[in-house]
Amino acid sequence: MSDVMEFEGNQDNISTKTYLEEAVSQQEISSLASVVSHHSTPSSQPLGTGLEARGVHAWFGKHHALADVNLDFPAGTVTALIGPSGCGKSTFLRTLNRMHEFIPGAAMAGEVLLDGKDIYEPGTDVTKIRLKVGMVFQKPNPFPSMTIAENVLAGLKLAQLKAVNKDDLLEECLHRAGLWNEVKDRLKAHGGSLSGGQQQRLCIARALAVKPEVLLMDEPCSALDPGSTLKVEETVRQLIESVIVVIVTHNMQQAARVSDYTGFFLSDGGPGQLIETAPTSEIFSRPKDPRTEAYVTGRFG
Amino acid sequence: MSAQVPQLEARDFSAVSPKKPWKLSPREVAVNASTIVIALILSPIIVQITPLKGKLGLVLTFILVATVGNIVLSFLRQGVQAIGNSIASTFIFLAAGLVLLPVASIFFTVIMRGYHALRINTFTQDMSVAQSDGPFTEGGALHAILGTLMLVLIASLISVPIGILTALYLTEVKGRAEGLIRFLVQAMSGVPSIVAGLFIYSVLIVGAGGHYSGFAGGLSLSILMLPTVARTAEEVLKLIPRDLREAGVALGGTQWRTVVMVVVPAARSGIVTAIILGVARVAGETAPLLLTILGSTATHLNPMDAPTSALPLYTFNLLRTGLNVAIDRAWTGALVLMILVLILFVLARLASGRKK
Repeated sequence: MSDVMEFEGNQDNISTKTYLEEAVSQQEISSLASVVSHHSTPSSQPLGTGLEARGVHAWFGKHHALADVNLDFPAGTVTALIGPSGCGKSTFLRTLNRMHEFIPGAAMAGEVLLDGKDIYEPGTDVTKIRLKVGMVFQKPNPFPSMTIAENVLAGLKLAQLKAVNKDDLLEECLHRAGLWNEVKDRLKAHGGSLSGGQQQRLCIARALAVKPEVLLMDEPCSALDPGSTLKVEETVRQLIESVIVVIVTHNMQQAARVSDYTGFFLSDGGPGQLIETAPTSEIFSRPKDPRTEAYVTGRFG
Repeated sequence: MSAQVPQLEARDFSAVSPKKPWKLSPREVAVNASTIVIALILSPIIVQITPLKGKLGLVLTFILVATVGNIVLSFLRQGVQAIGNSIASTFIFLAAGLVLLPVASIFFTVIMRGYHALRINTFTQDMSVAQSDGPFTEGGALHAILGTLMLVLIASLISVPIGILTALYLTEVKGRAEGLIRFLVQAMSGVPSIVAGLFIYSVLIVGAGGHYSGFAGGLSLSILMLPTVARTAEEVLKLIPRDLREAGVALGGTQWRTVVMVVVPAARSGIVTAIILGVARVAGETAPLLLTILGSTATHLNPMDAPTSALPLYTFNLLRTGLNVAIDRAWTGALVLMILVLILFVLARLASGRKK
């Protein structure tokens, strides 16, 4: 618990800039660069200018699911998206790496700027966007036909990237996902042989192996026990050294523990909207909007 | 970083042994068995004193008595609610037994009639060196075995890739023609096998002036195999969760690479089943081969140039002679075909079950 308290204590005096300066050591960056030779070498500058959503709308067929979301995700931060079920937070998350269009009948409007460039601009290579903006899903989904090691390195194969040293990358990603000590002696075992919490951390390691700039997490702990949840949260806090994290959660304690900023979404049956976004400590202590206050104090949702 | 798991104090559990309280007690098993015994004793008596006659009457009476016995028993044990369950389980067991019966009967008959003419030379010689009514030590089914293997190979080389790609079109691409393709594949699986043979005969042999050949036979079999492979593979691919596809795409893979690296490997054993079912569908086909490979008594390994043989056709042609010795050879042909298909199944299963 003491670790968690530290996170909460930190949040008040986090300024993004100082956090960055503290967190990113140049050695770390150069070690990343040596492991993966990337098409656009983001590892040499893992912290871009960040991710910005500008007037994002989303539809499923005729159903307008999400309206006019404007939200910034600065480099070196964790942003939590909270709100009742059906308010569009997962939909919004999926617009950020163009997974939204994977659903038949999906449509969207607005811009999502990654390092200042709209990821929906015609001619954009969608696979490269998803490489830069990784995703961890609600249910752990390791590839069943692959071993633990193959799962971690699957992204390299899928995206046809070349790794200079796969063993180093494997170990590094499993370390960062907090899984190395538990699996180092059975890397050849199948991913499905792990517990649910381990599988989810395996999926995080898998997402990290392609060196994303942003990691989207869609309720990553909803199927996990409290111990595994805590480990995933520790992992998330360590990730901000090199990755922008956006996490959808129904667990407000989790949002308070892991995030620097929180966005509150709400739908009254119509399209979901972003009601309020602020530093996490403010959302939970002195929210500006009465609806936010009602939600975070558990009066509905 | 992670907390230590707290220790549990040492306790002795050796006094407790594992039990299965949900299993029937020996007494209940004995009572169940006794109803069967009673039915066995009662049914001949009932057949004697009623107009029911013959073996069929005996079997029906036995089924009836055993069912009634079971129902009474479950009523006495668990009351009225158990009656429906008891009736259902009795009929399910009966149905399973009735399905097994013809299968066992076929195996038994083929083995009993087929082993007479089975000799080493069945696998080493063809019929070009012997008369069909000659002694069993002369001639064999080698040409037919090789012919069947060749036909199945040709049909598989054509149908497996096309079938799997069709299934991928239906489950992954979901293109505009999805409904039409699915309809056509379903319609294709209803094509009578003689029509497939006739089609190849009219197009390739009459139309294009080709030969009766293994290639023509393999083509006609591939028409029959394709829908089986495609439909089974489609059903299997549908079972792969969308999560896995999304995970592959979210890692920066293209759709094609995700399918090849994630979806198809996850469905591997099911796809092997699809291929096995396809092979099983065509390995025993006779009708289309009559029109495409014609039959031969000599071994022809070149699939392009001459009439060839296959085990079903070998069996059929020998049976048609009406000679006792030839009919024995025909049964051996059927036995060899069954063994061959069995071997193919086992090999395919071993290949798909292999873990790294």
